[in-house]
Amino acid sequence: MSEVAVEKVEIEKAPKEPLFSTKNKKLITDPLNENNPITIQVLGICSALAITVQVKQAVFMSLSVLVVLMAGNWIISALRNLIPNRIRIIVQLVVVATLVTLVDLALKAYVPDVSEKLSVFVGLIITNCIIMGRFEAFAMGNRKWPSVLDALGNGLGYAWILIAVAVVREVFGSGKFWGFQLIPDSWMMANGGFYMNNNLMILPPMALITVGVIIWIQRARNTNLIES
Amino acid sequence: MEAVNIFIKGIFVENMIFAYFLGMCSYLAVSKTVKTAVGLGAAVIFVLGITVPINYLLENYVLKEGALTWLGAEYASIDLSFLSFILFIAVIASMVQLVEMVVERFSPALYGALGIFLPLIAVNCSILGGALFMQERQYASIGDATSFGLGSGVGWFLAIVAIAAIREKLQYSNVPAPLKGLGITFILTGLMGMAFMAFMGIEL
Repeated sequence: MSEVAVEKVEIEKAPKEPLFSTKNKKLITDPLNENNPITIQVLGICSALAITVQVKQAVFMSLSVLVVLMAGNWIISALRNLIPNRIRIIVQLVVVATLVTLVDLALKAYVPDVSEKLSVFVGLIITNCIIMGRFEAFAMGNRKWPSVLDALGNGLGYAWILIAVAVVREVFGSGKFWGFQLIPDSWMMANGGFYMNNNLMILPPMALITVGVIIWIQRARNTNLIES
Repeated sequence: MEAVNIFIKGIFVENMIFAYFLGMCSYLAVSKTVKTAVGLGAAVIFVLGITVPINYLLENYVLKEGALTWLGAEYASIDLSFLSFILFIAVIASMVQLVEMVVERFSPALYGALGIFLPLIAVNCSILGGALFMQERQYASIGDATSFGLGSGVGWFLAIVAIAAIREKLQYSNVPAPLKGLGITFILTGLMGMAFMAFMGIEL
């Protein structure tokens, strides 16, 4: 009985936070730049590089990660007091694997062409370090609403890097944006013009170098982030 | 002969790091010294060599459409492939746990060398990636699948040891301050990837 009473008092004592307080806003804005999951925390790189050949794939990939991360963070945060500490990794993996299966089936049903291009990388969201990292670092110790906001912030931080890399690679590599031709055919070298697409951009190494350059620009602008 | 081809292809042509970027997180985090890189690389070869054939058996005798025919003709139309993500990751997580316990019991020296890296590997993308590529490419026999697992592991080992060796030497060079650490590692991996592209298109 006494325990219940204590809990009630605590609930009454806790000041009611507005839904978008300064602290909550920071949860969203921090991961966009100063604590970006890809360029600062170095999480989730595996899938970030492989699917950035086209903007369309990158957008669908980041949407999938955003959905899985938000739903997963909410579930883990709701269950956080019920999960035994020793088996928490397995519980987390089961939650992610279930969500990823749902996302994979949804992609297969509604956008089969994108799903085919993403191939194994949708499945690899399961082992995407961003997801496990946010579960461990945030959702296991925070309430549901801040956890969802944290997931939103990190998902968007992941998305903008992905889309930035994809725009660079698609525009310079194949002269297109979202599948639309940007460079007229008559400019092409093959048709007697002066322009040629940089085919190297489509190949894997340039994804790494593009991310490297983004990191370079970001750290040159914000010198606090430089590693010693 | 086919198995040897798959093995060599896994190391050079379809290298996990340079062609598919799998396992990048631990590749970047654990490549500061050659010694730890060798430990993690060996653990990845070990776990890929074990989990790919197990997942191959699971795929072909449980999950695929018609895989349950060995139970009786009435099971021929069952397709359980929607369960593959959950089962693959469960196999990987439990095998890593099991391998850790067996190694600790029978070879304390190896455990000392690999010990801290084994739990890390359950969430290494290259292990699940190996299982998913195996599913997508439909290898003909368990021997081919095993040599694919081992080949990919050796390729990953090669990549992480090479970058660790470069990063050790990099301490003595004058890198622009904003590129230090992470940035230069990305660009170096890109350059190494270009070198590995020389193997592209080799038909084995």
